[in-house]
Formats: sequence, structure tokens, C-alpha cells
Amino acid sequence: MSVPMTSANTWTIAAARDALRKGEISATDLTMACLTAIDAGDGLGAFVHKTPELALEQARAADARIQAGDAPAMCGIPLGIKDLFCTKGVPSQAASNILRGFKPEYESTVTTKLFDAGAVMLGKLNMDEFAMGSSNETSCYGNAVNPWKVDDRTLTPGGSSGGSAAAVAADLCLGATGTDTGGSIRQPAAFTGIVGIKPTYGRVSRWGIVAFASSLDQAGPMTKDVRDAAIFLQAMAGHDPKDSTSADLAVPDFEAALTGDIRGKKIGLPREYRMDGMPAEIEKLWADGAAMLRDAGAEIVDISLPHTKYALPAYYVIAPAEASSNLARYDGVRFGHRAKLAQGDGITEMYEKTRAEGFGKEVQRRVMIGTYVLSAGFYDAYYNRARKVRALIKRDFEQVFAAGVDAILTPATPSAAFGLGEMSSADPIEMYLNDVFTVTVNLAGLPGVSVPVGLSAQGLPLGLQLIGRPWEEGDLLNHAYVLERAAGFVAKPAKWW
Amino acid sequence: MSIDIDTARRVAKLARIRVEEADLPALAGELSGILTFMEQLNEVDVTGIEPMTSVTPMRLKRRADVVTDGNIQAQVLKNAPDAREGFFAVPKVVE
Repeated sequence: MSVPMTSANTWTIAAARDALRKGEISATDLTMACLTAIDAGDGLGAFVHKTPELALEQARAADARIQAGDAPAMCGIPLGIKDLFCTKGVPSQAASNILRGFKPEYESTVTTKLFDAGAVMLGKLNMDEFAMGSSNETSCYGNAVNPWKVDDRTLTPGGSSGGSAAAVAADLCLGATGTDTGGSIRQPAAFTGIVGIKPTYGRVSRWGIVAFASSLDQAGPMTKDVRDAAIFLQAMAGHDPKDSTSADLAVPDFEAALTGDIRGKKIGLPREYRMDGMPAEIEKLWADGAAMLRDAGAEIVDISLPHTKYALPAYYVIAPAEASSNLARYDGVRFGHRAKLAQGDGITEMYEKTRAEGFGKEVQRRVMIGTYVLSAGFYDAYYNRARKVRALIKRDFEQVFAAGVDAILTPATPSAAFGLGEMSSADPIEMYLNDVFTVTVNLAGLPGVSVPVGLSAQGLPLGLQLIGRPWEEGDLLNHAYVLERAAGFVAKPAKWW
Repeated sequence: MSIDIDTARRVAKLARIRVEEADLPALAGELSGILTFMEQLNEVDVTGIEPMTSVTPMRLKRRADVVTDGNIQAQVLKNAPDAREGFFAVPKVVE
């Protein structure tokens, strides 16, 4: 092989899989290359708990399997795992102080599946606290930093899966798990020039993933290209009796779906996504992407998703409501942090002090908003109304798909990555607007993928989002594959860290 | 809908999050801002629309009502901030 082994951390999963099977590299050497890159990448704040010993042990086991001729696609592939996934004996604290010191006694279904397939865990990745944020600035570990840099500023890798995005973009690992409740895979993927897919709700088991908003949460892969997303998703997906919302459906071969042929497919451009004040370069990127798909033989049609405007307010009722319920378990009794109590403090003081100390500001805000919208007298006005609007948002998509649309093309984010700290004085709503193009997909339970398509005038990556029909991730990834090949996005961040 | 200081205090209490008196006005302001944003939902005609309860139209799976787990007391208590004699320990609840 002409590529020196020391740069194997820059490989795609597909390239590494093929090289491992041919015996051109060992899983141990591949893992070592990543561990070296991780240690040199501390300035990115991506890995918050490194697990080199476990990684090398898993790599040696993978090497034995590969030699025995028993090597699934992910065997020997070094990955980063978002801190939201419970990993047995390894800190799993959802980037929150309230779970400081928590080491699960069990393994999430997703990581179990990945490890059964022979994948290697390099460590746990930074994120926004409880996945609540769009810039990775609410993490108890401090910021994750975008490897892309065009001036003196350090930029956000996006959020909540910011550490995952930074680690993949900076080649610290071959791929990473993410989770997406309102855009937390797709927005950071777009900000860092990588691929991220949120599968159909129910495709990937949520068991063992710290819950944020259970009707919206879905895990997915973050990778260097679309083929890797197909391979990685294959290993994560599938029915799990431990998650009652996990779909009992066969998982098709996603990689085999990448034919590169979308002739005759109908791609919708929703007019409601053309927001007032949309930057010209985002508008151009979108038009360019549509032209690429048209050139590949697809038919581009204008569509309407009339309730789009109400997706963000509906989301910011439903997600905090579910979060306030899910986060009630952090009470200082069974796991995690317990506040030091004063003389005479009872159990209520224990709860209140523990949660005030353990939860960061944004998490507290969302728990309280959720508590309010679920409280007596407001339940109908806010929570039930939001759920009705959610039904209408879902119906908008159903009508478009029923009319023959195969996929929907939209921008992934309203802008390129912004500077860390730049939004700190802003209204919380300003930060929420980052999710404007992605949140509808979670509300409707659909699959959505972010694909890097171009660079901003400043030289930062910009992504487009493709939205697919439920359970048709294969077809969706094929559209993404065509877009990826037409866009020819190969830019990498210049190494400064 | 604007949230006053008393409502903010009540919400914090319901959420079991201690908020200092001095921080309540700022909290009330923030919560009011978010609720104002949500008020856009009042523009939508939701007549005859059922609240969405399930993301994908599927019947929840049933399973036999049998014990599938257990006898893992040590594991259950492993992460507890205070566990004694096989129990979670908390401050005195009943006088």
C-alpha cells in the first residue's frame, strides 16, 4: 500500500475494511494510528474519556477474527462513541456534572451491536449536556472545537454531537456515533464537512442511550463519506426487544443500495424552507445541489410543507416536556451526583440542591419549560396543541410522499459554523434557530442525511440535507451518494491543533 | 403568556431545582421569552386534529409477563452516592 500506515487514521471505513481483509494492515496498527492522532488532538476537546487499553484489546480480538476469516464489515474499525451511550465500566455522563463518576453496569444496544461486529472503541466523545445545545458549549467538559479554522477565532463544531463531528473531521477516528433529537447529527456534520444520517425513528434501538426526548431521539453514524454511513448504519440498526419503539423490520443492505442511479426519481424543494434573510451562499448551495441531482437524471419539483414555520415552536414544547419527565430520574439517589446537605436538610432539599448543582443552565431551563407546559392548566394550551401541530407537520410530509416525491432537498443549516462564544449573549431562541431545517424531520420521524456540498466564501464547509421516506434509508443514502459524487467535496481542515 | 416571579418560583419547585430568590426575575424573563416564541402555535387551526401519540404507526410489542432479570443487587447499587446494607440511603423522610 502506498499510503503510510501512520496515516491510516485518515482512511474511510470502506478503505480500512478492505485493507484489513487483504491483510494490508492490522486492526492493532489501525487503532494505534487513531490513538496517536487522538493524543495529538487534545486541543479539539473531542475525546473526553479515552479508552486506549480497551481499544487495543478489542483490536487484538478483531485481528484474530479477521485471521480466522470471520470479519463483518465493522470488524477492527476504530470508532468514537458519543458520551450519551452507556458503555459498561466506562464513564458515560452525557456531558453532565449530575452523572459525574457514573460507570454503567451495562452496555447500550448500539455499542453491543458494534462490539459484536468487531468494532473498536477509542473513547467517549464530547457533546452538549444531555444533547441539549447546538454548539457543544453546554458540555460539562468544556467546548469541543471545530478543526476548521479560517481566522483567529475558534469555531463551534456544532451540537449536540460536536465531539463526534470534530473527531471524524480531524481524522481522530474512522467514524463516530451521534444522536439526533432536533438536528444533533446533521447540523454538526454540516459544520465540519462530514456525513451524518439520522435514521427513521425506530430503526436504531434507543436502549442504553441516555434519554433526552424519547419520541424524537434517534442514534446514527457520523462518517467521512456516504458509503461509510451505509456500512456503519447497517451495524447499528435492527430490532431490539429492549426498546418497545424499535421497529421489527428487516434491515436491508444499505451499501448495496448505493447504485449511483437516481434517474427518474422525484426530488422536492420545499418553498417554506426559503427563509427570509437566508444568506445568498446558502441559497446558491441549495440551487447548485438541485442542479446536480437534475443532471443525474432526477426530476426537481417545487413542493409545499405548509406547517414548517411551526416546527420549531412545537419542538421547543415537546422536547422540553419529554426531557422534564426523562430527567426526573436524576435525583441523587441511584446514580451520579448528590449535593452535600446541610444540617436538617430533608429529601426535598436533597433533590433541589442536587439538581441545581448537577444540571447546567440550559438543561435547567429546558426542564423548567417542560415542567411548565405539562403543569395543570397549561397542558392543553401548550403540550396538546404542540402535539396536534406535530401531527400536521407529519401529514405535510405524508402528502408530499403520497404525491410521488422520493426525496426532499433542503439546506442543512442556516449558516456555516459560527465562533465559540459568539452566541453566548444571545437569546436562547437565537441558538434554537440553528435547528430550523432539521427539526421537522425528527417531529415526523423521518430519515434525514447531511452531505457536505461546498465551501462558504470564508472557506468553511456547507452541507445540504436530504430527507427520505420512512424506512427507506437505503434509497435516501443513494440520493446522498449521487449528491456527494457530483459535489466532489474533498476539502479537509488544515491541521492547526 | 408572561411568567411572573411567583410562577417562576413555583415551576422551579415543581421541577425540584433550587433557584435563589435573586435569580428568579432573570429566570422569569427567560421563560417568558421562550413561551412567547411558542405562542405562534396559536395561529394554527388544529380543529379536529388528534394529538400525535406515536411517531410510527405501529402497535407496541407485547411480551410475556415473566421475570427476565434479577439477583443483581450489587450492580444496581454500584453507582449509588450512598448505599448501605443493600439499600439506597437517603435523608430521613419520616419524622
